[in-house]
Amino acid sequence: MTKSTFVYVSYIRTTPEKLWSALTDAEFIKQYWFGVTGDSQWTPGSPWRLVFPDGRVADSGEILEADPPRRLVIKWRNEFMPEMHAEGYGLCVFEIEPAGEAVKLSITHSNDHENSKFIAAVSGGWPRIISNLKSLLETGAVVLK
Amino acid sequence: MPERVDDTDLLFKALADPNRRKLLDLLHASDGRTLGELCGHLDMTRQAVTQHLGVLETANLVATRRQGREKLHFLNPVPLQEIYERWIAKFEKPRLKALHELKRRLEGNGDHD
Repeated sequence: MTKSTFVYVSYIRTTPEKLWSALTDAEFIKQYWFGVTGDSQWTPGSPWRLVFPDGRVADSGEILEADPPRRLVIKWRNEFMPEMHAEGYGLCVFEIEPAGEAVKLSITHSNDHENSKFIAAVSGGWPRIISNLKSLLETGAVVLK
Repeated sequence: MPERVDDTDLLFKALADPNRRKLLDLLHASDGRTLGELCGHLDMTRQAVTQHLGVLETANLVATRRQGREKLHFLNPVPLQEIYERWIAKFEKPRLKALHELKRRLEGNGDHD
């Protein structure tokens, strides 16, 4: 399933363990994800949801792989935009690798649709979220609210 | 956001070349391309394209993925977002406010009227 793919990479001055918990802690996610949060047990097979501040479900799916603090794979489907929902499930892979004094975070988001509307939409959102996450981990504050 | 000077230098140096900017535009139009596909759009030797891609990758503007025997190149927009926040957003805000004030005054619907 790789007809539409985006790859995002950021080097963050933190530890793999802190980055892993930043990706999987509901309260922490809220701080850099513009109020949205992730709801899951973060273990293989457990359901996963991304929830808006008002409680509506933005996206949902399942944790396919969880290898803390190295690799997280989420089966991911949009739930609030009919056109994107119709594209079905895609995959979001988080990879965490030590890189000198920093940690390299790679996020690969893909699905099996040519010119996917969903992948185009996340391509706009991820850079802002990652930039906020990096800032929060490095300085304790987000840049964008 | 504190900057690592070296990273910022690498980023602006990478962007300071028209061929490298063209490579970013090509990836923006269609992401995940091989070296061969990119060469087909550029009037440069394969070695030159390889070098430019190397500079972009070092600056973290291009990310690569292996798929079978192929190496695919992806545009990584994360550093551009950081440039936007650091070098554009903060300068843009006062100017937009000034323009907004000017418009209010000229159109005569300010609070003072």
